[in-house]
Amino acid sequence: MSSFFDGLLHFRRGAWEMLASVLIAAGVVMLMQPFVLALYSWSFVVTLLGTVMFIIVSHFPE
Amino acid sequence: MLQSSVDRVAEATPRAITRRMHGLSDRALAWLFVAPSIVLLLAVNIFPLIWTIRLSFTNFRVNRPNAEVEFVGLKNYLSILSDRDIWLSMQATAHFLIWTIVLQVLIGFTLAYLINKKFRGNDLWTTIIVLPMMLSPAVVGNFWTFLYQPQIGLFNYAVGFLTGADPSSFSMIGDVSLAPWAIIIVDTWMWTPFVMLICLAGLRSIPASIYEAAECDRASKWRQFWTITVPLVLPFLMLAVLFRGIENFKMFDLVVQLTGGGPGSITELTSINLKREAFEKWRTGYASAYAVILFVTVFGLASIYVKALNKVKQR
Repeated sequence: MSSFFDGLLHFRRGAWEMLASVLIAAGVVMLMQPFVLALYSWSFVVTLLGTVMFIIVSHFPE
Repeated sequence: MLQSSVDRVAEATPRAITRRMHGLSDRALAWLFVAPSIVLLLAVNIFPLIWTIRLSFTNFRVNRPNAEVEFVGLKNYLSILSDRDIWLSMQATAHFLIWTIVLQVLIGFTLAYLINKKFRGNDLWTTIIVLPMMLSPAVVGNFWTFLYQPQIGLFNYAVGFLTGADPSSFSMIGDVSLAPWAIIIVDTWMWTPFVMLICLAGLRSIPASIYEAAECDRASKWRQFWTITVPLVLPFLMLAVLFRGIENFKMFDLVVQLTGGGPGSITELTSINLKREAFEKWRTGYASAYAVILFVTVFGLASIYVKALNKVKQR
């Protein structure tokens, strides 16, 4: 866990890609879940944020 | 021989072209050869994407080309993301996507595992299993509507025969609770062979020597399956899931032929809903925003999936 936060602090690709992936997955789950409309409404913002972040951080050093 | 052919071609090249080529670097030549593909890609993929994003911020209607186009900002996005009907169609898509992938992976892998064993008529069975995949989705949709007929349908008759229920007592495509399963069954019937073929390629790529070594170490069949077969087939399986996931996310033709999105809107997947917005209600700007939302979702999912696939391959 500490290596994950260390990776975030030092702008390492692995940790940031993990964070972006979690955001994308959360966004897709929010988009398709049948329980809360508010989650659906915010899903696109979360997915977009994750996707843009993924594109940017994939250029970070390993 | 080769040298002389090259020389002959060089001699046959007109001097004007030779002179022009002499002035180009390797890099420039490479660009020259790649340029047609890039131009085609820009014209067919990138330009429509940028144009769709632009339209998604307007109230443009393609059936009113002379009407003034107004910039509406994020209004289309806000309206889509608070629309309960679209939310329901997202849920219908999720239900369809999850169940088709689960069933196709389980059945496809099992079939591949069985077909991979050496037995008589192996090739014939492979061909028979692969047949549904070769049919057109429109044809499959049409003939399954006949199979699902409560009065004369073979599917209802088979279910009645196996369970003792009256075949005409239920309608697979007319019942709200059964229709989502009707489309899942047809898609699974049609596309399981695809997953099977990819798994079969994975299974056949495993060298026999690994199993022989495991036999020498007295590893049980069960252990061989979990420690050799599954890890080595996993990249292939993930690839199959990626292909089927993207395909089913934009599933249109099969479902339109089978249920047309009904009964009500219970099987109205996002692509059908999007087509209604774009070409029945003619809300082009709104439909563009809808398409952008779907695009970002698929793009994001594909990104993390490709990353996971690369990790599995590196192992």
